[in-house]
Amino acid sequence: MPSERLEPSTRRTPVLSVRGLRASIAGRSVLRGVDLTVNRSGVLAVIGPSGSGKTTLLRCLNGLHVADAGRITAGTGPDVHFDDAAGRRDAPRLRHRSAMVFQHHNLFPHMTAMQNVCVGPIAVQRRAADLVEQEARALLDRFGIGDRASSYPNELSGGQQQRVGLARALALRPDLLLVDEPTSALDPELVGDVLQLMSELAAEGWTMVVVTHELAFAADIADHIAFLHEGRVLEEGPPGAVLRSPEHDRTRQFVARLAH
Amino acid sequence: MSDGWTQALHALGPMITGALLGTVPLALASFSLGLALALGVALMRLSRHRMLVAPARAYVSVIRGTPLLVQLFVVFYGLPAVGIVIPPWPSAILAFSLNVAGYTAETVRAAVAAVPRGQWDAAYMMGMSHTMTLRKVVLPQAARIAVPPLSNSFIALVKDTSLASLVLVTELFRRAQQIAAFTQDFMRLYVEAALVYWAVCLALSAGQSALERRLTRYAI
Ligand SMILES: Nc1ncnc2c1ncn2[C@@H]1O[C@H](COP(=O)(O)OP(=O)(O)OP(=O)(O)O)[C@@H](O)[C@H]1O
Ligand SMILES: [Mg+2]
Repeated sequence: MPSERLEPSTRRTPVLSVRGLRASIAGRSVLRGVDLTVNRSGVLAVIGPSGSGKTTLLRCLNGLHVADAGRITAGTGPDVHFDDAAGRRDAPRLRHRSAMVFQHHNLFPHMTAMQNVCVGPIAVQRRAADLVEQEARALLDRFGIGDRASSYPNELSGGQQQRVGLARALALRPDLLLVDEPTSALDPELVGDVLQLMSELAAEGWTMVVVTHELAFAADIADHIAFLHEGRVLEEGPPGAVLRSPEHDRTRQFVARLAH
Repeated sequence: MSDGWTQALHALGPMITGALLGTVPLALASFSLGLALALGVALMRLSRHRMLVAPARAYVSVIRGTPLLVQLFVVFYGLPAVGIVIPPWPSAILAFSLNVAGYTAETVRAAVAAVPRGQWDAAYMMGMSHTMTLRKVVLPQAARIAVPPLSNSFIALVKDTSLASLVLVTELFRRAQQIAAFTQDFMRLYVEAALVYWAVCLALSAGQSALERRLTRYAI
């Protein structure tokens, strides 16, 4: 649990620093020079039109997609430089610093909820199984799905699956939590619950990057908002500034369209 | 009861013994070895290195493009001609496993490829290596996908093992041939052999259904 992350002395240290990040998919340039910083216990909301590169950005931060150029420093890990082949080979190191919650959950269907949460800490991080299981049970209980611990993902509702996905990421004790559109795959009546949950995590001091279309939610939990447009951060700042008085026409249009 | 029926009844014992001590162990041994080889071939086919992909493709192409009986003869009669003498049982197992591998490699490859990309993502996200991802995440799901086609391959193999009678392995069909040569009652004995094969395959199909039911608790 991240209680130690709330130490005031460490609050201003960057947990994530991204400089000049470029990435392409199938030869098409998707990220065209992204700079971002997230401080300890900070919550960055990334907003932007469909196809602007939000998911690709999260994937790069976790090393799932290998960027073409630029630099990423995450948590206490070393800098990963993407400007040469040797640096790009270090991309998988980023995975030890951050954990990702996927838009479509991507739970392992052949494992119970409990096993989904425990497999990373036990098999990869080689932590003691009994302690990991205790911690996993506490996470599932806390997310209101303690009684579903031995259910398989296809026996869980979308909202419950998402909670398992969140528990799975938290159990890895990452320095940085990456969440891709937590509300988009959910029934509307479940949206409030997950936003509540995420707000609690933010209040607890988890450092997060959240991609979202819910501007009210972004305004609520984020201390910083970045508007991504065609692979660039067109505008960023505190939620009040970006959402209420955007400088760019593009941002204004985007915010206006989503406001209804 | 006429003599013919009595003889047929007496032949049932040796034929069932032939099935239990010849056909079934031959099929099981060949299928296990073949499947292990198929996994290797499938992983080579799925790799990014052309040095691995090309031989795997060639292997599958040769096995699927040549008759099983010819493969069996190459191993049993061909190899001794170049100085490699293998007794009937091992040579039958060798030929059948090489053949099974050629067919099931495609099944395994397709099953691995059918596991969604997001599963690899989630495994890599938590820091799993390629090998651990295969072992803990992808292959268990691929196995679930591959059970129906693999069961069919196994049942086909059980029937194909009758060809081993031609390389002197004493299994069900060779027993039938030996008895028929003695009694000259070909019709009754070969139909009887067919019925024993049928019974074995029915039992295997029932086993296949039970296995599939057990594996449907989670859906992919
Ligand atoms: N697997 C892929 N193959 C080809 N192009 C892709 C692939 N994945 C993404 N892209 C392209 O990369 C660009 C950025 O995609 P990305 O998924 O990062 O956008 P996004 O901002 O997350 O969009 P959305 O809001 O729709 O989720 C898009 O133009 C998309 O078409
Ligand atoms: Mg996306």
